[in-house]
Amino acid sequence: MQKFITTITVLVFSILFAHAQSTTLKAGEPAPEFKLKNVDGKEISFASYTKAKGFIVVFTCNTCPYAVAYEQRIIELDKKFKPQGYPVIAINPNDPEASKADAFDKMQQLAKDKKYPFPYLFDQGQVVTDQYGAKHTPHLFIVSKTSKGNVVEYVGAIDNDPEGTKTEKTKYAEDVIASLKSNQKPAITQTKEIGCTVKRKAKA
Amino acid sequence: MKIHAFKIYTFLFFAFSVAGYSQNVKLINIDQLNERIKNGKDSTYVVNFWATWCAPCIKELPHFEKLNAEYKSEKLAVLLISVDFKSKLTSAVIPFVKRKNMKSQVFLLNESNPQEYIDRIDKGWSGSIPATIFIKGDKRNFIESELTYEQLLTEYKKL
Repeated sequence: MQKFITTITVLVFSILFAHAQSTTLKAGEPAPEFKLKNVDGKEISFASYTKAKGFIVVFTCNTCPYAVAYEQRIIELDKKFKPQGYPVIAINPNDPEASKADAFDKMQQLAKDKKYPFPYLFDQGQVVTDQYGAKHTPHLFIVSKTSKGNVVEYVGAIDNDPEGTKTEKTKYAEDVIASLKSNQKPAITQTKEIGCTVKRKAKA
Repeated sequence: MKIHAFKIYTFLFFAFSVAGYSQNVKLINIDQLNERIKNGKDSTYVVNFWATWCAPCIKELPHFEKLNAEYKSEKLAVLLISVDFKSKLTSAVIPFVKRKNMKSQVFLLNESNPQEYIDRIDKGWSGSIPATIFIKGDKRNFIESELTYEQLLTEYKKL
C-alpha cells in the first residue's frame, strides 16, 4: 500500500512538473482533447466535429500584430479546408488580466466584426495553452484524426511570410493538409516564427 | 570672424554627430552579430530581441538602457536588435528610437528566413519576443521572457 501511494505521488508530481514546464507538442504526439467556451457561449471540443478528418488548431488573439497580420489568412484557411474536413479552431491563449484587450467580451466583438467562420475559444486558466505548449501568437497545430486518436501532425507557422509581401511563399499549413489528404506524412512538421509571447499574469 | 565661424561649425558638426549616433539604427545579420561577439572575447554581450509592436519588449527596454548606462565602465555591450519588418526601418524603428532617446546600440535584424535564424540565435528559442541572450566568451545564457531590472542585473552578473 505504502509503495502504491509513493508511486501515485511520484506520478502526480511528474505530471505537475511536466505541466509546469509546458513543452510544445511535437508531430506524432497525441493531441489532447479540450472543452472550451466559444464566443457564442457554446462549448467546443474535437468531439463536436463528428465528420472532421482533422483540425487546424491556431492559438491566436485580438492584439498581437502578427496575429492581426495573419487574421485574414486564418479565415481563408477555414473557408478552404473546412469543406475538405479540416476546420479551424481558434483559441485565445492570453490571460485576460494580463492582456485586457484579449478579454472574452473583446473576443466576442472581434469575432462578430470580422465575421469569424470558425469558433474562437477562451482558454480559462490557460490550461489547453499549456497542454499544447503554445508559446506565441499565432501558433498553429495541425491535428489528424486517426484510429489511435487525435495526433499532432505539424506545429509552427502558417506560412513563411508574416508581412504578406513575398511573391513566392511557402504555405506550410496548406502543404501539410495536402499531404494528409493524400495519406502521406507531411514533409515539414515543425517551423519557427517570431510572434508575441503568450500573456500571463505576473508571478506572485 | 573666420575663426569664430569655424568654431561654430565645429561645434554644430560634433553636436550633430553625437545626436546622430545615438539615434542611428544599423542593419545586422547573424553572421555580423557572431563576428562582433567573437571579436570582443573579454566583453559581456547582452543581446535583446524586441520590436516596436511588442508591448512587453517596450516595457523592459528602459532596463537595458539603465544597465548600459550604469555599467558603462565595465566591458559590457548592450545590443538591442529589432525584429520589426525591414520595411518599417524608417517609418517605425528609427522614429521610435528617436522618441525614446535610446542610447544603447540599436539594430534591425537583416534576415529573412526565421526557420534558419531563430535556431542560429538559440536552438531553444520558439520565436517569442522579448528574448535575451547573455554572452561572455564561451558562456551563453538564453532567456525567452520579459525581464525586470533585477533579473537583468542578476543574469548579467552571473557571467
